[in-house]
Parts: sequence; structure tokens; C-alpha cells
Amino acid sequence: MMAEEFEPKIVAFLCKWCSSAGSDLAGVSRMQYPPNVVPIQVMCSGSVSPLYILSAFNKGADGVLVSGCHPGDCHYIKGNYYARRRIALVKQLLEYIGLEPQRFQMSWVSAAEGTKYTEIIKDFVQELKPLGPQTKLRRAQ
Amino acid sequence: MKRTGVFICHCGINIAGTVDVKKTAKDLSKHPGVVHSEEYVYMCSDPGQNLIIDAIKEKKLDNVVVACCSPTLHETTFRNTAKSAGINTFQCEIANIREQCSWVHKDMDKATEKAIKITKSAVERVRRNESLEPISIPVTRRALVIGGGIAGIQSALDMANSGFEVILVERSPSIGGHMIQLSETFPTLDCSQCILTPKMVEVSKHPKIKLMTYSEVQDISGYVGNFKVKILKKPTYVDPDKCTLCDECTKVCPVVVSNEFDIGLTGRRAIYIPFPQAIPATYTLDIKNCPGLLPIACGKCADVCEPEAIDYDMKPEIIEEEVGAIIVATGYDLYDKENLAEYGYGKYADVLDGLQFERLCSASGPTMGKVLRPSDHKEPKEVVFIQCAGSRDPELHCAYCSKICCMYTAKHAMLYKHHVHDGQAYIFYIDIRSGGKGYEEFVQRAVEEDSVLYLRGKVSKIFEEKGKIKVWGVDTLTGKDIEIDADMVVLATAMRPSKGAEELAKKLKIAMDKDGFLAEAHPKLRPVESVTSGLFLAGAAQAPKDIPEAVAQASGAAAKAIAILSQERLFHAPTVAKVNLNLCTGCEMCVHVCPYDAISLKDGKAEVNEVLCEGCGTCSATCLRAAIQVKNLTPLQVHEMIRTSLGG
Repeated sequence: MMAEEFEPKIVAFLCKWCSSAGSDLAGVSRMQYPPNVVPIQVMCSGSVSPLYILSAFNKGADGVLVSGCHPGDCHYIKGNYYARRRIALVKQLLEYIGLEPQRFQMSWVSAAEGTKYTEIIKDFVQELKPLGPQTKLRRAQ
Repeated sequence: MKRTGVFICHCGINIAGTVDVKKTAKDLSKHPGVVHSEEYVYMCSDPGQNLIIDAIKEKKLDNVVVACCSPTLHETTFRNTAKSAGINTFQCEIANIREQCSWVHKDMDKATEKAIKITKSAVERVRRNESLEPISIPVTRRALVIGGGIAGIQSALDMANSGFEVILVERSPSIGGHMIQLSETFPTLDCSQCILTPKMVEVSKHPKIKLMTYSEVQDISGYVGNFKVKILKKPTYVDPDKCTLCDECTKVCPVVVSNEFDIGLTGRRAIYIPFPQAIPATYTLDIKNCPGLLPIACGKCADVCEPEAIDYDMKPEIIEEEVGAIIVATGYDLYDKENLAEYGYGKYADVLDGLQFERLCSASGPTMGKVLRPSDHKEPKEVVFIQCAGSRDPELHCAYCSKICCMYTAKHAMLYKHHVHDGQAYIFYIDIRSGGKGYEEFVQRAVEEDSVLYLRGKVSKIFEEKGKIKVWGVDTLTGKDIEIDADMVVLATAMRPSKGAEELAKKLKIAMDKDGFLAEAHPKLRPVESVTSGLFLAGAAQAPKDIPEAVAQASGAAAKAIAILSQERLFHAPTVAKVNLNLCTGCEMCVHVCPYDAISLKDGKAEVNEVLCEGCGTCSATCLRAAIQVKNLTPLQVHEMIRTSLGG
């Protein structure tokens, strides 16, 4: 018997104004994507602390997504620019400690981009499947 | 432990079709702290809401989670439901299991599993929510309008006529803006001065309007309802109350400089009145060009001034005002001459811009309404108008369309024909954009009645030869090269944000778009608001627009400002950042990242201005010690939400 296919667990931090609204639009348009992602709505991608990302991996996430408004479109003027800088550093840190870089992604999804959100989730799940469970940062059960 | 209630909505089959709502409710009922869990077909219906109210009262619930559609739809509904049952609105959170779950999945088991995680995550959040009340702020019930062009005038009059005090600040000596320079306006050919001067007079006589010309906003602080503004009143060295407009001073003034009002087509003295109908009706001594205020240097104007209106001792003044709302109507300037050297603009006297041509056509202009060449004062028989001079040219100039040029060029060609009956007008264009009431008919009239020749194409070269201005171009419709020996060339130069708008935008903390125009809060739904609460935009400061659009936006901005001024108190969302003074080390990192300048250092610790704070949380993600957190979405809450999202 073939082993059941690995289903990655993903936490997605979506900013309220663009990416969560874009995800809502995917729903309103009845687009379909894999149910591996549990969204957490934050006010701004700029409010996503590096600790949230580490915390998600620590609590067993196989992948983490941070998604905000497009550069220049931030509801809070410049929060996503801070997010972008911060996340570049977090990515380096995660790579440095040996985590596969594919496990952590950032995207820009506007409130009108339901299709883009759907594609991002589909691709993310596909990329994570071959990697198997994330154990590097997972807390011992 | 706090007592939590969970309410799962079926939304007909919208949720229940994909999510096993019974299983979700049952699963949630076992979650720590949940003392009540039920599902119902439509939670947002009256019976659904009553279910929640009854459960809150009977089970003595401290907080509730409603698992239903997106919070953008019914968060307010259910928070009000919670309030009517006697708990704080912030003791209700929404779990979005429709848009972000049932609608995007088909596998019932997996969708149910995800819905459970989302709902548990909301439970963990709501259990740690603080009860909050909206922050109440008083309102200073007066307004500031920056810019005295048609947009600023309209906004000021609308607000003043609604009974609110208005301070209108204009940096030049008179209000009127660019509109007062125009000769006629499209598509009716109304005389611009005739329709604008009554409004200017109304501004000057209005008991509710405090007009401050020759003044500039220097500094601004505060927040919606409570702005503090510092205005620099530059000295005019003439007392407007004493000045009788006798004009004796200009006759003796030895200095002649270029006249801004006629865009350099005429000269003016160092002491001058910008134009006869100027408001306020008084003279201004332009200190930059005056030989010196000391009587020993010149002093001729003061010598001849019988009413002794000239006061060399006048000093700049800083005036402080408090206002509740601000409208920015700083208008536009034309694209700089230096940038359009390829058209000979600034090099040949008979290559003019649109505003200069307006002055030539104006009855009060330098030629008293006769269209004459500036170089030799002869009547031009062939005039070439060039549209998109600097607009729609992303490689070299401005990428955007300046919007008004198609129409005013048609008007210019028409006015020219009305002045020079045997003349010929040519217009080089890329496209004709004549959207607007009566606009297309106006362009057609220019072609049919005034024989204006439209040539589709760009001009490749302009040079002077034997007293003529040679214009080389291509008509892309026929493919033929065009050569015109023109007597005059008029460029429809691009509209730019007015000089100094950038500096002002920084002071006001209004964002600018890529072209330097002031950015609206939303391009479609909030076109007159800036991102900063209480600051509104009107006219060409926001984007190129014609007079009716500027007036409409000005009235819109005034209505938005009145919506603030008509209230005694405003309410602000209380989910703002809060500092833990025990943890804060005063490193100032949060101070620098706050997009709203809402954080300052007080006694070595960060302090949040709750009215300015919008609750974005950028500060909290930056703080190394978790000393600053946004209420009701604290790191602890997020960590717990992450845990439950992962099935923990």
C-alpha cells in the first residue's frame, strides 16, 4: 500500500486590507485551492514580527506565508516596506540555520487579486510536498 | 477561566455544504473555556442574533466567537449583537469560515478540519481581548484651506456658507489661481474673470472667511479635529486699509521685472498689484526686487504715497491657528520651459505656452485682447498648436495625460480664429480626448466652423528661419511629411503639481503619487480624502483636472470636512498601540518606524498618541523587547492563534 501523500501545514499571515481581502475575493469567486493553509489576519504585513514566523515553525508549520499590499499600496503608507526588509533578513536567518528556503515565502496580493492568491497557495503546497515535514525548528512533541 | 460561546453559521448551504457544522460545533464545545457551542442556519438573521443574545445572558458568557462569513460583512452586526446582550463589542470575534474556507474547498473532511482550526484560533484571540471603548476626541469647528485658486475658493465658500469659520491661505498676493489668468473657458467660452471675480469678492467679504494672502503654511501638528497650524504672513510693506489704489507708487518705482501674471509677456514694477481685480485689492512690495527698504537706497514709492500706506518696517509674522479639518488645494504649474528645449520653448519669443496664449487672448492682457506675436507685434497668420508637449511621453517627460489640453487647445484655435479671421490654425495631436459634457461637440465646432486643421502626429523639429518658425512633423494618417512656416507656436505643456507642493505634502504627511500629485486615500471610493484623517484634497493638486472637476472635488472635500466639523466629538478605534513602561528602554526604534508619527519619547520611554495611532502594529514588530503591543492583537494572542491554527 502506498503511504498517504504528505499534506504540509501552512500558516498564512494576511494583512487585513489587501491580502485577506484578496483571499475573500477568491472565496466569493469560488476559486479552489488546497485546504492546507490556515489564514491569520493581521492589520499590516509590517506587524508580522520575525518571532511570529519562528513561532509558526516551532509549533509545527511546514511552511509560512506572509502576504501584504503591493509596494506603494500599503494601507498604512509604508508598513509593507518594513515587512519586506524584515522578511529578507528572516529569510537569510532561516537559510543560515539550514531551513529549506522554499518553506518561507512573502507575496504581494491586492484586494483584487483572488486569482493570484489562489495560484500562490497552489504553488506553495506543491513546492512543500516533496520537502516532507519540517523538523528543523519543530519543538519536540 | 473566561466563559466563551461559539456560534457556527450554516449560511444556508454556503458553509454547511462543505463544512460539517455539527462536527465543528461539537469539536469546539470540547475546547478549553468554551461553555456553549451551537450552530444555526443563518446567524445574521433576527432569530440567529437572538440565539446569541440569549446564550450570552443565560450562560453568562464573557465573550463570543461567530464562525461565519468574512468580518468585512458582519463583524459590526455581531459586535452590536454582543453589545445589546450587555458585553463589550470587543468581546466578539469573527472566524471567517466561508470566504476563506467553505467556498474555496470541496473536500468536506478537510474543510471541516480547517474550519475548526480557524474557529479555535478566534476563540484563543477573543479570550485575551480587552474590553475597549472608542476614543473620544473634541473637534475644533473651523477649517483651513491651503491654496486660493478656484478649488480652494469653492471649498472655502462651501464651508463658510455652512456656518463654519474658514482660514484661506494663499501664498501669492491675490487669490484667483490660474483660472483668473484664463481668457475664456471651454466649452461655453464664458469669460473666466467674469465668472470667477464674483466668487473672489464673496471670499473677501464673507464674515466667516479669514483670508490670508502672501502667506504660507509653515508647520502643522495635531490630528483630525485638532490641528495646530503655523502660518507665515510675509510682509507686503503696504497697509491694505490705507492703500487707495491710486497707482502713484508704480509710476516712480525704478525696477522692472518679469510679470508672473502675464507669464513674462509683460513687466511689472517691484511694487505692484498683480491684476486690477486682485483680492485683496492692494499693492505688494516685492522685497526680492526692491532696491532697498532704506530711504537712502530708494524710498521713492513711500515719498509719493499720500495716504502713507507704505510701511518699510513691516515684519514677517507667524500666526498660529487651530482647526479641525484641512483642505489642500495647491493646484498646478506648467511643465518647466527648460524641459521642452526641443520645441524651442524658452528660446524663440514666438513659441508660447498655453497660459501665455490665454493672456494674449485676454481683453485685459498685454495686447489688450489682440493676438500679436511677442517678437514683432505683428498678427500671426499661421499658428501651430502642439498637444501633449511633455505629457504622454514616459521616456522623456511625464507619462500621464494632462487631461485638459485637448480641450483648451481646441479653444485656443477657436479663439485665435475669432481674433484673426483670415488666419489658419493647425493642431498636432496624438489622440483627441474630449470626454465631458458638451466637449466633443466643442471640438467638432472648432473643425467645422473655424476650419481648424487637425494633424495626427508629433512634431520632430522646430527652428527659426527668416522670421518664421519652421515646424516639421509627420501626419501619421496620410504618412506625409508636414512643413509649416508658422508665425507662432503654442505648446500645450504638461500640468505638474505646483512648486512647493512636495514640501507642503511632507509637512502635512500626505503621500504623493509617482508623479508628485497628492495621493488620495482610495483611487475610486475615497477620491477627496488623503490617507491622513481630517486632511482632504481638492483640485489639480491631486491630479490634472479641468474647472468643473476641480469645483466638484472642492465641494466634495468641503462636504467631507463639514462631516467632521458638524460634530462636537469624534470617535477613533481604540485598538491602538500600548507601551509597557517596565519593558521599554527608550531605544526609539518604534518612534522612527511609525507611519503616523504617533509615538514620541517622554521621560525616556515611548508614548503613544492614541488619536494619531491607526493600530497597524509596525511598532510592535520592530520592538525587540515586546514593550509595545497593539491592543487585542498582541504577540501572545498571535502565538496562541498560530498554535491553534496548526492543530495544537
